[in-house]
Amino acid sequence: MTNLLEVRGLKTQFFTQNGIVRAVNGISYTLKEGECLGIVGESGSGKSVNVLSLMRLIPTPPGKIVGGEVLFKGEDLMLLPMDEMRRIRGAEIAMIFQEPMTSLNPVLTIGFQVEEALKLHKGMDSKAARERTAELLTLVGIPNAIERLDDYPHQFSGGMRQRVMIAMGLSCDPALLIADEPTTALDVTIQAQIVDLVKELRKKLGMAVIWITHDLGVIAGLAERVIVMYGGYIMEEALVKELYARPRHPYTIGLLGSLPRLDAGEGAKLTSVRGQPPNLVNLPDGCPFAPRCDFVGERCTQKMPPLEEIGPGHRVACWEKEKTEGMKPHAR
Amino acid sequence: MTNSEMMIPEASDQDKERGLWMDALYRLAQNKASLIGGGMVILLILMAIFANYIAPYSFSEQDRQLTDAVPQWVTVIFPTIKPYAEISDKFSIGADYVGRDMLSRFIYGARISLVVAIVGATISLFIGTVYGLTSGFFGGQVDNLMMRFVDIMYAFPSMLMIILMMAFFRSSFAESEPGSLSYMMNSVDQRFGGMLFIFVGIGITAWMGTARLARGQVLSLREQEFTLAAKALGASSSRIIFKHLLPNVLGPLMIRVTLAIPGYISTEAFLSFIGLGVNAPTPSWGSMIADGAVAIRTYPHQAIFPAIALSFTMFAFNFLGDGLRDALDPRLRGTQ
Repeated sequence: MTNLLEVRGLKTQFFTQNGIVRAVNGISYTLKEGECLGIVGESGSGKSVNVLSLMRLIPTPPGKIVGGEVLFKGEDLMLLPMDEMRRIRGAEIAMIFQEPMTSLNPVLTIGFQVEEALKLHKGMDSKAARERTAELLTLVGIPNAIERLDDYPHQFSGGMRQRVMIAMGLSCDPALLIADEPTTALDVTIQAQIVDLVKELRKKLGMAVIWITHDLGVIAGLAERVIVMYGGYIMEEALVKELYARPRHPYTIGLLGSLPRLDAGEGAKLTSVRGQPPNLVNLPDGCPFAPRCDFVGERCTQKMPPLEEIGPGHRVACWEKEKTEGMKPHAR
Repeated sequence: MTNSEMMIPEASDQDKERGLWMDALYRLAQNKASLIGGGMVILLILMAIFANYIAPYSFSEQDRQLTDAVPQWVTVIFPTIKPYAEISDKFSIGADYVGRDMLSRFIYGARISLVVAIVGATISLFIGTVYGLTSGFFGGQVDNLMMRFVDIMYAFPSMLMIILMMAFFRSSFAESEPGSLSYMMNSVDQRFGGMLFIFVGIGITAWMGTARLARGQVLSLREQEFTLAAKALGASSSRIIFKHLLPNVLGPLMIRVTLAIPGYISTEAFLSFIGLGVNAPTPSWGSMIADGAVAIRTYPHQAIFPAIALSFTMFAFNFLGDGLRDALDPRLRGTQ
């Protein structure tokens, strides 16, 4: 399969009064057609800034994409003029957001908002767009879709709004759907429904998905490959099964260790990753995770380790990766 | 997963039938004061539109025999008029100092007040909204520059500016050559009965508050996720501003403009009062008050009646604006 998306050395910074916030520090990854990639990390790890950079939606100023290439279908998105970029947004790459409560415009009808992309990118007239919108809403599981076209967002529940957002994202059959923590604001049963819906739609429509979350549980059942981000760097990248079975980066191990498990014996304690997330304004020279790491060595505080391949499709950025070989997250 | 499994309980169906604006209208109707205000505004508009059918006489028709005529009932209210007034019931609220029917002038005068109200509101809404939305949406340096210009305009005393402008254009009319700009503007002004410069004056000074309000609203709206979502959908800046943000700010803007209308009406009345407003014989409540004020000890009703009309009109718009504010308040949505 060919690469749909190829990100090379993407670097995004925010120039604020307190200094330069280095949100994304030269990350590289690829995405194949139809593949589902999970990006995991805690708040401030650069996962959202990463995807907003792909779409060139970073608010400028203060933000700026200072380097890197984003090849989408072989074309560097960073070099496109804005009007061509707009033609890609929504049509080729669609995005859904975290807060279904605020990502729909409260004073416009659901129908209007879903139709918009169809009119913008496909040049449909109102009637055709309306019909297609009803189809889309039915596809994402909204009952009585035709009757609900003229409803306003406040007449929908959170899960239903997220379905509407997904319908908006799907409206122009994008090759890539970026989901930025789409289930974080929803309760667990609705989360499961949304995950199932995206899985099913992916099977039906064959689009690639980048799913951002801080919930490793959501990713496990959805993604084929996972990227773990920390402090604006990719720390580990592996196929999903490999990552859960043989995590190698101390941060990944810590994250997995902090998840409750059904098969852990009675009385087993959850571990936590000690310390605080780094301040991205004064990122230390070495590995950003070093101050919190149990395996920290001498080199760790001096230089950021390169992302090295240690197995098929498994890359880790850690100087002390030998120490973590064969570790089980819950065995600590 | 099948569709039936995915069904989840719907959001409350109770308010489903009513859209955003219908809901607001419903709550507006619940408010007695604003209902009365709205009713008065409608009456006023009807009176202005059908002035030539309602008014018993023309506004410029004189009856030289009956200058300062006073009908019987007015002398009951103001008994001091009795000794020297020409008592005649031909004019229902009396005649002015040149024998024109005051009621007819009063009815035609509503036209001026309402035209000024509508034009002022329209100008401030259009210019102010577009200016404020643009400034707020682009932010940064653009915003800085645009808003400093507003500050400068604000610092200028607006009434003084209008008066200066009127005085300047009116006086230069005499000297200007036919074909020059000021001649052209003055002939247009003449044709409008002297209202052009009132419009220009209100237009220059009225949009700034609206611009600030719109800008403030947009500053918070553009940080909302739906703005980002619209961008991610490939919408252009102008599309986001006018299709996505404008409907969100329309409520507060309408309230502001409704509440600003009394200001425009009083500006016009004041200008007419000091003689810089509409040209005679076009009737305006302001110029009627001015005419009456000269003889206020002798014929108090000549100034008091138009003054009452003026204040009631301003009350009506204020009540309506107040009701609109409550009706369009999103926090009160769905309540009584």
